Amino acid sequence: MRTFEYLKPASLKEALELLGRHGEKAKLVAGGTDLMVQWKKKIISPEYVISLRNVPELSFVTYESDLKIGSATTHRSLELSPVIREHFPILLDAVSNLGSVQVRNSATIGGNICNAAPSADTAPPLLALDAVVHMAGPQGERAVPIAEFFKGPSRTVLASGEIVTHFSIARPSPNTGMAYWKHTRRKAMDLPILGVAVLLSFGPDGKTCTKARIGLGVAAPTPMRARKAEAFLEGKAIDRAVLDEAGKTAAAEASPRTTIRGSQWYREEMIRVLVRRTGMICMERAKGAAQG
Amino acid sequence: MRRTIRFTVNGDPVEVEVQPHWPLLRVLRDELELTGAKMGCGEGECGACTVLVDGKPINSCIYPALEAEGKQVLTIEGLVSPDNELHPIQQAFLEKAGVQCGFCTPGMIMSAKALLDMNPNPTEDEVRHALAGNFCRCTGYVQIVESVRHAAELLSKNTKRTGTGE
Repeated sequence: MRTFEYLKPASLKEALELLGRHGEKAKLVAGGTDLMVQWKKKIISPEYVISLRNVPELSFVTYESDLKIGSATTHRSLELSPVIREHFPILLDAVSNLGSVQVRNSATIGGNICNAAPSADTAPPLLALDAVVHMAGPQGERAVPIAEFFKGPSRTVLASGEIVTHFSIARPSPNTGMAYWKHTRRKAMDLPILGVAVLLSFGPDGKTCTKARIGLGVAAPTPMRARKAEAFLEGKAIDRAVLDEAGKTAAAEASPRTTIRGSQWYREEMIRVLVRRTGMICMERAKGAAQG
Repeated sequence: MRRTIRFTVNGDPVEVEVQPHWPLLRVLRDELELTGAKMGCGEGECGACTVLVDGKPINSCIYPALEAEGKQVLTIEGLVSPDNELHPIQQAFLEKAGVQCGFCTPGMIMSAKALLDMNPNPTEDEVRHALAGNFCRCTGYVQIVESVRHAAELLSKNTKRTGTGE
C-alpha cells in the first residue's frame, strides 16, 4: 500500500533532528493544502512526512521593535491578527483572499513561501516589506532577504536539513501606504493572474516619495522586485502620471509567460495598470495613516 | 503502520485505528459512519467535506487524520439537539430553500456555523466571504446567503429567549 510515516515533532529541535535523520526521504508539511494534494496526485511520494503543525515556536505574530511572523502561522490567524489588520494592510490584502476560510485555517505563510510558486500571494507583499527569511538547520541559524530566497519555480535557497522559522519585517516609517492587488477572474479560490504589491513612503510634505517598493507575482519565474520602477519613483512627487510611468518601467522589467490564466501581452499591460492603481491606493492609505 | 488516535466527535470521545495518509474525512465517513460530510473534489477546492476542528472550519478531505488527535471535531450530525430538534441554521436552510440537491449543504452549514459563532450578525458580503470555499453546483447561492442571514435572526431570537448568549 502506498503510504508514508507521519511524524509530529513537538519542538523545532525535534523537527530538525527528524529532518536530519530522514534527509531526502522526508518532506516537511505545515498546513498540507499543497502537499496532501500533490501526494494524492502521486506527484510526490515521500517516505516520511514531518508535520510542523505542533511546533509552537513556529506559530506566532509579535510586533515590538519589528514584526515577526512564525513560518507555521496560518493565513487565517494573520487575517484575524489585530497587528496585521492595523499596521500591515498589504499582508491583510494578500491573506484574506487566498483560497477559502477552510484553506486559510490550514495553509501557512511559510508553506506559501517555501513552495516558491510564482503565484504565491504572500510573496509580493513580503518583497515590498523587505522581509527577512530566517532559517534554522544543522549548521545553525541564518537569514536572507526574501528577494534572495527564491531561485526558480519551486526552488529556494533552503539547504538540505533547513527549516524556515520566521519572517521579520522592520516597522514602516510614518507616512507610508502599502497595498497588494490580486488580479483574478473570481474573488475566492483562485490563483492570481498577476499579484502586485506596492509600498510608498512619503516625506514630511506628504508628496515626495522617500522609499518605493514594488513586488510582483506571476510576472517572472519567481516573485520579483521591480527595482528600476522603484528607483524611478524615489525622490519624485507622486501622482497618477508618475505612477503610470513606473508601471511601464515595471512591465519592461518583468518577463511574464503566456499561460492558461493570461497571455504575456495582457500581463505586461496589466502590470502597468495595476502598479498605477495599487500606487494610488498606497497614496490614499498613507493619507489615512497620517490622519489616524 | 496503523496508529490509534483519540479525539472527540460531536462531543463523544472516539478511538480509531488509522493509516498515516488517511484524511480526516475518510475516518469520519468510513470508520465512524458519519456520512454527512461529503467527498467532493478531494483536493480542498469545493468545501463539501467541511467540518469544524476546535471550532475552525477545515477541508477534512486533505486534513491529516493524525492531526485530529486530542481535538474536538464537529460534523453536521452534531448540530441536532439531543431531543432531535434541528439546529437553527438547519431550520433556516429549510425555511429559505437553501437546499437544492443537498450535496453541498452540510459543508455550507458548517461554514455558516463557524461564521455565526464569531460574527452573530454578518452582512451579505461577510456571508459570501465566509462561504467562498463552499461550492454549490446547483448554483443556489442567493437562497443560501438568505438562509445564513435568516439563521442569524433565528439564533438571536433564541439567545434573547433563553438568555444564554453573551
